[in-house]
Amino acid sequence: MFNKEEIAQRIAQEIKDGYYVNLGIGIPTLVANYIPKGINVVLQSENGLLGMGPFPFEGEEDADLINAGKQTITTLPGSSIFDSAMSFGMIRAQKVDLTILGAMEVSENGDIANWKIPGKMVKGMGGAMDLVASAKNIIVAMQHVNKAGESKLLPSCTLPLTGVKCIRKIVTELAVLDVLPEGGFKLLERAPGVSVDFIKQSTAGRLIVEGEIPEMKLNM
Amino acid sequence: MINKVVSGAEEAIRDISDGATLMLGGFGLCGIPENCINALVTKGVKSLTCISNNAGVDDFGIGLMLKQRQVKKMISSYVGENAEFERQLLSGELEVDLIPQGTLATRCLAAGYGMPAIFTPAGVGTEVAEGKEIRNFNGKDYLMEYAFDADFAIVKAWKGDTAGNLIFRSTSRNFNPVMAMAGKITIAEVEELVEAGELDPDYIHTPGIYVHRIFQGKDYKKRIEQRTVRKSEV
Repeated sequence: MFNKEEIAQRIAQEIKDGYYVNLGIGIPTLVANYIPKGINVVLQSENGLLGMGPFPFEGEEDADLINAGKQTITTLPGSSIFDSAMSFGMIRAQKVDLTILGAMEVSENGDIANWKIPGKMVKGMGGAMDLVASAKNIIVAMQHVNKAGESKLLPSCTLPLTGVKCIRKIVTELAVLDVLPEGGFKLLERAPGVSVDFIKQSTAGRLIVEGEIPEMKLNM
Repeated sequence: MINKVVSGAEEAIRDISDGATLMLGGFGLCGIPENCINALVTKGVKSLTCISNNAGVDDFGIGLMLKQRQVKKMISSYVGENAEFERQLLSGELEVDLIPQGTLATRCLAAGYGMPAIFTPAGVGTEVAEGKEIRNFNGKDYLMEYAFDADFAIVKAWKGDTAGNLIFRSTSRNFNPVMAMAGKITIAEVEELVEAGELDPDYIHTPGIYVHRIFQGKDYKKRIEQRTVRKSEV
């Protein structure tokens, strides 16, 4: 079974040379630490920055320079700054190649719920609805089951939706799965030590298993 | 040159009255108009509708106005980080309209560009789409969202000149330029106010035509919400 760092590490392997990538809050943020060496990737922060660098050294924080998670960050050679409308303009126009975000639930037809739990304080969707509605390639980083052991990969979402038919790939602590255009979770890889049967039990939506399922490998 | 300079925050907000609709620039606490927010708290105007990406924290930013019960309605994309906000929301004292962040920015942009509405895919198939017109373009559904109509836009810039031209710094730019374009009356507070002619016209982010009042702010706290650092390399 994978931990959060390993989920991030596995997702990082999906990032290709020349990609502009938007990383959501939570596990997706960790992906930045595992981007393969030797490839050029530009991180977009939707508050208005392309070319997000690492956290600043102590004492070099700049209150005017933050990411979408409101963390102090740095720029890199080649960075650019723009306003919020242009930021979502480039997202809507599909200039951003890959979006990685977290989810509470994903359905077998690619719907995602990640912003609201009825009865709990609702903080808002931020940029998530814009991102999922427009991104050409979205990978979800999520837990396969909740704390009660219930599957979060469902026939249909029970929580209020963030977007419909938009998720293509999911990486969880148990597996890597594609969401097929015609519907269904296609099992691609399983986490080390996790059986296909266990993944079947942990997936409430339609799971498609064809042939031998290899173990996930992490490029170190 | 038309001179846009006012003496300070108090004069800049002099005609903002109860029930007004305000746009306030900033993302989190980054790039918020600190001086004008403080002046609005002192003035005590009430029943305000505030269009702002976030709602500040308990003791800073729009949170200060919430504490004084000056806000009737917030239109925002994300409103965490504020316990008083949550209390007022759950008790029904405060109305909140949560909208996608890109929709928020683009509804400002539309107002500043003189366009009555936009079409965006954000929110299609979700509760955000309820009651809204949907149009299909090239096989994809889009929601029609209206341009904002705000009485005042209040923004914070890094530098400005007496003609109202603005330059923003780093990611404190965020919503400020699009809101600056969108207000019936736009108020800009700047860290450094210079004479017209001192800023290079090629480097202006917001042309002065959009700005009605400008002043040099003071005592900026620029509070950091999430201070994240890495250890210095030895």
